[in-house]
Amino acid sequence: MEQLQNILGQALAQFQSTADEAELEQIKARFLGKEGSLTVLLKGLGKLSAEERPAAGARINQTKQTIEAALQARRDELRQDRLTRQLAAESLDVTLPGRGLASGGLHPVTQTLARIENLFHSLGFAIASGPEIEHDFYNFTALNIPENHPARAMHDTFYLDPEHVLRTHTSPVQIRYMESHQPPLKIISPGKVYRVDSDATHSPMFHQVEGLWVDEQVSFANLKGVVQDFLQRFFERDDLRVRFRPSFFPFTEPSAEMDMSWGDGWLEIGGCGMVHPNVLRHVNIDSEKYLGFAFGLGVERLAMLRYGVNDLRLFYESDLRFLKQFN
Amino acid sequence: MKFSENWLRSWVNPAISSDELAHLLTMAGLEVEAVESVAPAFEHVVVAEVIEIVKHPNADRLNVCQVNVGEAEPLTIVCGASNVAVGMRVPCARIGAVLPGDFKIRQAKVRDVASFGMLCSAKELGLAEESDGLWRLPADAPVGQSLRLYLDLDDRALTLKLTPNRSDCSSIRGIARDVAALTGDSLNAPELVPVTQTTSEQWPVRVENTQACPLYCGRIVRGINAAVPTPLWMLQRLERSGIRSISAVVDITNYVLLELGQPMHAFDLTKVSGPLCARAAGAGESLTLLNSQTVTLDTDVLVIADDKGPLALAGIMGGAASGVETTTRDIFLESAFFAPEAIAGRARRFGLATDSSFRFERGVDYAATREALERATSLILDICGGHAGEIASVQGMLPERRTIRLRDSRVSRILGIALTHEQIATLLQRLHFNFADRGDAFDIQPPSFRFDLTIEEDVVEELARIYGYEHIPAMPPEANMVMLPDAETVRPLARIQHLLVDRDYQEIISYAFLDAQIENDLCGNASPVALQNPIASNLAVMRSSLIGGLIEALRFNLNRKQPRVRLFESGACFYKTGTGYGQEQRLAAIAYGGALSEQWGTSERPIDFYDVKADVAALFAPSEPDFRSEVHPALHPGRSARIYLNDQPVGWLGELHPQWCQSYDLPRPPVWFEIQTSAVLDRRVHQMHAIPRFLPVRRDIAVLVDETRPVRQLFDAMRKANAPFVFDIELFDLYRGTGVEPGKKSLAFRVLLQDTQKTLTDAEIDPSMAMLVKALEDEGALQRT
Repeated sequence: MEQLQNILGQALAQFQSTADEAELEQIKARFLGKEGSLTVLLKGLGKLSAEERPAAGARINQTKQTIEAALQARRDELRQDRLTRQLAAESLDVTLPGRGLASGGLHPVTQTLARIENLFHSLGFAIASGPEIEHDFYNFTALNIPENHPARAMHDTFYLDPEHVLRTHTSPVQIRYMESHQPPLKIISPGKVYRVDSDATHSPMFHQVEGLWVDEQVSFANLKGVVQDFLQRFFERDDLRVRFRPSFFPFTEPSAEMDMSWGDGWLEIGGCGMVHPNVLRHVNIDSEKYLGFAFGLGVERLAMLRYGVNDLRLFYESDLRFLKQFN
Repeated sequence: MKFSENWLRSWVNPAISSDELAHLLTMAGLEVEAVESVAPAFEHVVVAEVIEIVKHPNADRLNVCQVNVGEAEPLTIVCGASNVAVGMRVPCARIGAVLPGDFKIRQAKVRDVASFGMLCSAKELGLAEESDGLWRLPADAPVGQSLRLYLDLDDRALTLKLTPNRSDCSSIRGIARDVAALTGDSLNAPELVPVTQTTSEQWPVRVENTQACPLYCGRIVRGINAAVPTPLWMLQRLERSGIRSISAVVDITNYVLLELGQPMHAFDLTKVSGPLCARAAGAGESLTLLNSQTVTLDTDVLVIADDKGPLALAGIMGGAASGVETTTRDIFLESAFFAPEAIAGRARRFGLATDSSFRFERGVDYAATREALERATSLILDICGGHAGEIASVQGMLPERRTIRLRDSRVSRILGIALTHEQIATLLQRLHFNFADRGDAFDIQPPSFRFDLTIEEDVVEELARIYGYEHIPAMPPEANMVMLPDAETVRPLARIQHLLVDRDYQEIISYAFLDAQIENDLCGNASPVALQNPIASNLAVMRSSLIGGLIEALRFNLNRKQPRVRLFESGACFYKTGTGYGQEQRLAAIAYGGALSEQWGTSERPIDFYDVKADVAALFAPSEPDFRSEVHPALHPGRSARIYLNDQPVGWLGELHPQWCQSYDLPRPPVWFEIQTSAVLDRRVHQMHAIPRFLPVRRDIAVLVDETRPVRQLFDAMRKANAPFVFDIELFDLYRGTGVEPGKKSLAFRVLLQDTQKTLTDAEIDPSMAMLVKALEDEGALQRT
């Protein structure tokens, strides 16, 4: 009995005395190995009488189990210590920056165009495009702007030759689209346009989005509805007010200038109107059966207001210090 | 169109403020661009008369003046102006006045003499930029009257931005007519009494082309004094309308132009020989105009000529030779209607834009031609004296005003609001249109002063304008809902743009026109698409490639100390075709500086051809384009590749030629690529293949080949070998240096083999590998073991 208590005491003490996992296994062998003190005791059971043997055996086994449990506990403890040390050694400075490629960004005008396209897409407008070098016919004549019309002077046109111009607006796309499609039609046509003009508020190249809806029941009131809806969604402001003023475009009648409320005043945001019957006639659409409305929006103007850009020229200088602000 | 508000209010005077008037006009389509007060705010400034001048006892340059301000006692005022004179009428700022610049007039002692006010120059009152001494007022200026009242200074000049269709509003009468229609106020037109002519003399006039000149009227006025000063009231109205005073006769014609919208011209009768004739110019005829410019004419230009030749460009500008001078005694006064088509574009051709051509090319009221002549004659007789002769006139076919049928239903359909027949009738009445009621429609006779009303829609706009665009509600449209097509075989451009963004490129948008030199240098394009009227010589030709814009943008940023620049652009490029011009959408990028931004834990390495090639490959994936060594004018000939897709050339990739790096000041070579956008937008709709159930086996082959041998040839050879089970071959190592003899390179390929039915054994793999090795050896490769 006393001997078992001694062995147990020694084992527990020795397990605790080491912090090394290999040494722990060696210590284990002193008690539980082939020559271990407990093993020796077990082997000695055979010398006992049949009456004494079960009780003695049970005692030894109980001690053995206690030692094994202690051993396992110590093993777990040491493994945990080792893991803790490893984790401590392996820890990183997580505040160091990540490595590799960064990412770039889209031009603010592209972002604005994408926004415009998405909003109109949600109303079912398809996207159409046309050439930037236009025939005089599509840029002017088909849009009810005959030669010598004073409206041509308002356009400050870049000429390539007497018959070809850099389109001054995206409206020619209306004509091209209506030539090849039958109503009902619902398109927007975003793209670059050109005018002979350059200062802080005018760029010789800029972007417009043209919208066109031709159907049996579209009205001036619907035009107001669509434009107002768009501007309120674009600026995410339900309180944004839109104002229509009579104006003149040869290809719309009635025509209107669109203003929107901004700060204390009003800002011009584009032109619009009901498609002129002459324009529909040019593309063989029955103007008694179908009505249409069209509008043109200045993309840079929208981008400038949305993102607080104060000088139009910044869009075309390609200054990374400017462009990266929109990433 | 600039005009005086008070002048307008003498015609129609609605009970609204200036701001409200400006808003009213703007919302009716007559956009008010500017409202300016004609004089700064000041009070207590009166008309005074200098009645005595005595030298200041203590100052050489000062005078002590006694000044009559209309009160019992004159004021003593010390004055330093050199032009002060007894009897002159001059503005006097009395004590308590505050002049522009917050200059307060107080009783003061000037070198011991008390002064009770200040005599003013026009500059001191803020009415002129510069002044030369005191402002000498007319001798009949009423002494003691407030200067503001005397000069009508509580007036504003309004500037309208007129649209081309509203020429009828380029006169006070026209604007007044619109205001009356909008507010319902009555129109107080000044009474026009025809002049009782005092002689029966009539100057002969002829019109050769009555289509271009359907109405020509004129009369002689003899014995005028052209040197009299223009009356103050007229000067003020002209000045506030932005018209410079020239002489009484010219001022009167300009006044009538502004008042009634009728351009007029006065000829010096002594310079006219024989009848006046409106005719087409002869080809090559020339004329020196009032502005001293000499123009050479063509047959589509209308002139007013006498027996000797052209005297004036009809409806545009008079000639210098027959112009009225202060010594002129006898004049011929012209008032005509020239057809818009006969004038449009002609002034612009000569670089001219006159008040007359502006109105004639848009349309002038042909019913007011005689009226204007009477008005001008009467003003001339009043101001310059003289005797008027009889009116001579030639009339052809005046423009026809066709009846417009306006249907109630059409009005409602276009505007989207229900207007009743009665509402429409009321609006037409306010517009003073002549119309006949047809039950559910109207027949409208457009007035002579409107050149923009020809179809039903034109009248609908007029109704909407007077009804108020603001009062038409914004209504969401109702339509049949149909989904839009969505082609999966076309990749959205946005996807491509985002891919480049994710690979660290920044998008730019550059001008589509650039310097011809850049086109020539970088594209070898000696005959680019050129603009006839470029905005600047460095923006004179259309780009045939995006490379120019990218290089410029790169340089811009390098000059701003950006060490690493990666840019891309997508846009149209232009080229000539047999009959015209074509354009192609392209996508291009440029990369300059380190492969990665300078950062810890990576060694810095300049970007090279292969880095960018990987970006190009990613754009095309899953398609695999070919890169063939070809020469491009912009690129290093040994580091450039033309990109082919399905054997069609679709783009270029390469390093900028060292020569251009030098001439464009680039310390390191950028790598550029450009592809047809359409080549990366095509894609197919995917169809799933079965996933192999057995794992692949990997075998490597290492070979030595000549340095000059393109790797592509080795790949092609292995592919052609068609070795069984081989489904993928990749190059995983390329080595030159120790252990490899000079002129050779060592390549290591990883080969993956797989069977769909079973796991492969060595006995099956070895023959395949032998086939690949054989194929490589046939290409001159030597297997390394």
